[in-house]
Amino acid sequence: MAHAYTPGLRVTERTTVRRERRLPLKGEVLVQKGQRVNSETVVARTMLPGNVQTVNLASALGVEPADVLSRLVKPLGSSVAAGELIAQTKALFGLMKSEARAPASGILESVSDVTGQLILREPPIPVEIDAYIEGVVAEVLEGEGVIVETPAAFIQGIFGVGGETHGPLIMAAESPDDELTVDRLSPSFAGKIVVGGAYVNHAVFKEAIRLGVRAIVVGGFDDRDLRDLLGYDLGVAITGQETFGATLLLTEGFGRIRMAERTFNLLKKLEGREAALSGATQIRAGVMRPEIVVPFDQDAPATAETSVGGMDVGSLLRCIRGEHFGKIGRITALPAKLQELGSESHARVLEADLDGVGKVILPRANVELIEA
Amino acid sequence: MSGTPEIRSILATDCGSTTTKAILIEKDGDSYRLVTRGEAPTTVEAPFEDVTRGVLNAVREVEELRGRKILDGERIVTPQSGDAGVDLYLSTSSAGGGLQMMVSGLVLQMTGESAQRAALGAGAIVMDVMALNDGRRPHQKIQRLRQLRPDMILLSGGTDGGDVKRVAEMAELLAAANPKARLGAGYELPVVYAGNVEAREIVTRSLGDKTALLIVDNLRPKLEQENLKPARDAIHELFMEHVMAHAPGYKKLMTWTAQPIMPTPGAVGLIIEKIAKREGISVVGVDIGGATTDIFSVFQEIFNRTVSANLGLSYSVSNVMAEAGLDNILRWVSFPVDEVELRNRIKNKMIRPTTIPDSLEELAIEQAIAREALRLAFEQHKALAVGLKGVQQARTISDTFAQDESGSTLVNLADLNLLVGSGGVLSHAPRRAQAALMMIDAFLPEFVTELAVDSIFMMPQLGVLATVHEEAATQVFDRDCLIRLGSVLAPVGNARDGSPCVTVKLMGPNGHPIESKVKAGDMALLPLPADGSTRVRVSVEPERGYDMGAGKGKPVELSVRGGVVGLIVDARGRRPFELPKDQNKRIEKLRAWNRALDIYPREI
Repeated sequence: MAHAYTPGLRVTERTTVRRERRLPLKGEVLVQKGQRVNSETVVARTMLPGNVQTVNLASALGVEPADVLSRLVKPLGSSVAAGELIAQTKALFGLMKSEARAPASGILESVSDVTGQLILREPPIPVEIDAYIEGVVAEVLEGEGVIVETPAAFIQGIFGVGGETHGPLIMAAESPDDELTVDRLSPSFAGKIVVGGAYVNHAVFKEAIRLGVRAIVVGGFDDRDLRDLLGYDLGVAITGQETFGATLLLTEGFGRIRMAERTFNLLKKLEGREAALSGATQIRAGVMRPEIVVPFDQDAPATAETSVGGMDVGSLLRCIRGEHFGKIGRITALPAKLQELGSESHARVLEADLDGVGKVILPRANVELIEA
Repeated sequence: MSGTPEIRSILATDCGSTTTKAILIEKDGDSYRLVTRGEAPTTVEAPFEDVTRGVLNAVREVEELRGRKILDGERIVTPQSGDAGVDLYLSTSSAGGGLQMMVSGLVLQMTGESAQRAALGAGAIVMDVMALNDGRRPHQKIQRLRQLRPDMILLSGGTDGGDVKRVAEMAELLAAANPKARLGAGYELPVVYAGNVEAREIVTRSLGDKTALLIVDNLRPKLEQENLKPARDAIHELFMEHVMAHAPGYKKLMTWTAQPIMPTPGAVGLIIEKIAKREGISVVGVDIGGATTDIFSVFQEIFNRTVSANLGLSYSVSNVMAEAGLDNILRWVSFPVDEVELRNRIKNKMIRPTTIPDSLEELAIEQAIAREALRLAFEQHKALAVGLKGVQQARTISDTFAQDESGSTLVNLADLNLLVGSGGVLSHAPRRAQAALMMIDAFLPEFVTELAVDSIFMMPQLGVLATVHEEAATQVFDRDCLIRLGSVLAPVGNARDGSPCVTVKLMGPNGHPIESKVKAGDMALLPLPADGSTRVRVSVEPERGYDMGAGKGKPVELSVRGGVVGLIVDARGRRPFELPKDQNKRIEKLRAWNRALDIYPREI
């Protein structure tokens, strides 16, 4: 039987975070190996080839496609400005003229002797990428980008919307059960990453944006509010490109869900520290989850990365579906045989002792393991 | 090769995007049977980045379960030697997102549509269809081409001897965009040209240096003729040579298999085509997965396949809600559900796609979503499975010519003989009647239609096996893969609820005659022999206003195949089929139907 359980999201106080910062096309790397960078340092730059415009010169000039090349006023490869004359014909001793002008600035790339089409390439578009996290350039990917590395506290969320941002962490909740309400917000939160508790609603999130908050971190959010925020129903979980002024990071899921104690306590401990945060989520082959990275002083030694082992009796888990959603407990037994669920389906299960609930039987597919 | 006695055992794997499934087939006396199956997570992604790890893990599970050796270290032993190894190893794959293609034609509704059918038939996901008349300006097309990064492009356009200039225009656009392949920047994008034969030289001039260009016969040589096979074959070939060869570990896997690795949906399509051909029937097959839903159909001997790339029950579950609308999902749920809560549940499934429903209520909601995913995918299929306008066609079944009128859909539910369901929600439904009802609700078959499910989703492996050993594929398909559920009788017509609709008479499995009068708006379940090879005579007398295929009010005599669910009489009406608008009435109806077909162990 396959390993039918979710490995769980990482919440760790100290690890080494490496982030690849890669250009979409080859370009120039602006930093060197070993160089210290901060979130805003531009590490690489390139020029994306410009957009292409087509002009059908054969029909514009009323000539055969094969004759188009000879009617160009400048040779192929020349630069032209928008509106500039690019081709013309003269007939009847120069009295009857047809001409074609450039629809945009760019370079005359090619003409076809079959269709009479001119390809005009607009100027290249500059693209820059920043370091995103504060750290050291661990590796230079020649012409493509860099890998930035730092010892850091690292927290993965389950879902986010909005892109990369950074700022100091500030707590706006006393307990992981709290709801982030308007009265918990303050104008002093501008430029900061605000940690709420179990839930935030759309109106409060909008108010946070108005105050200039960079990101909000909470346990849950309603899907109905997400639709209102985005203006459409999100179909496929590929996010990170949204631009509504702040990033939203959910640590648990949709609905009102108490933030995992461990996550909440770690964020509380890190209050005031500069963090990098990304809402980008992609749940397809090559899963990408939103994250909070809080870099440490470069000189502090990083302890070895802890990882979640296999599913064993005693392993710490969290329910991720059903009536005990969000509850935490320990595995007390791992029966080998398939068992019938309330749905009459047969699945591999485990027995767990859940905090505040007691012993329950859960499908293995519906729990995630948590680092001890 | 078919029927050669030396093939004693066959191992076949299907590398899906999340799970790699292996089946072991062995010859027992004269016949081939599935003996065991194994599965393991697919290992195309980091940290493994080698598909063969997952294959080996799945095969190891098969070894353990069967208690015999198939591997020698990290090698599949072929041929079988004593009790070790297998005589044949084959594989299909949809890992890494399958084959993602962009197709182009001159006119969207003509060569554009033909090109789309060719790509879909080869097992691809079509990301976009580009044509001169698609409403986009040239620079917009170029931008789109650059942004999409497909695995392959199929360029068609023009009939043989027709206009060359416009084909050249499309080729020039493509050359100007200079798109890059999705996997790895280090290789040229494969392009298949299957258009006007006279434009080949111009296309080669535009694209020969920039892409891996392969030229094949025109897929629309004449306006009235479609010839998809050469393009489809070329897509398979390039899929192997370029796309697969660049996916992690596939180079190694390709050296293990006796036949080229096929895209999973291409293999399923093959097996559906074969059933239709062998039995001379019209078939609809559906495979509903976590991310996509594929529909295959054979009507009038013409095969069609569509893939709805964002309709599925885990990764794409939220998109089903976005496309169908929440009300359409809720109409299938037999208990009141709070909208906010349902929305949150669906999104939580999307962000944790591997979780499973553990209560009956959660199962019912998942099955409600499945109905809508299937319905939407079938709508898309009907829109694409159309005939050419008033003309002769030669499509994928070689040497088959069929006459069709006016470009209308080929999918005619009244002619549908067999509906086959596959994918977790159908194959693994706790009660088979649930799978039957989901398919009936989503597809709304008419008159009489047989229902079946793929027991453990092994159609892909059997599809690729059919290319080398048809006998083994057919035997395993009939005995171990296809589970016959029974048939559904659905009179076409409408009347007031509770008024007489149809009388059904048959001989019950215990030798007693059964007569059932079913009222309009009701459903009934009559017993049939569980064995799918036994047939039963059934007399059906529809009331006036209802048609069972012979005309309104005309009785029909049918021979129906047995099945594990039985004979379902669906007197809820057709054309249109409607559910009560009022929530209380709707819930009452749904509960009555659930009771009639014994769908759930208790009322929900």
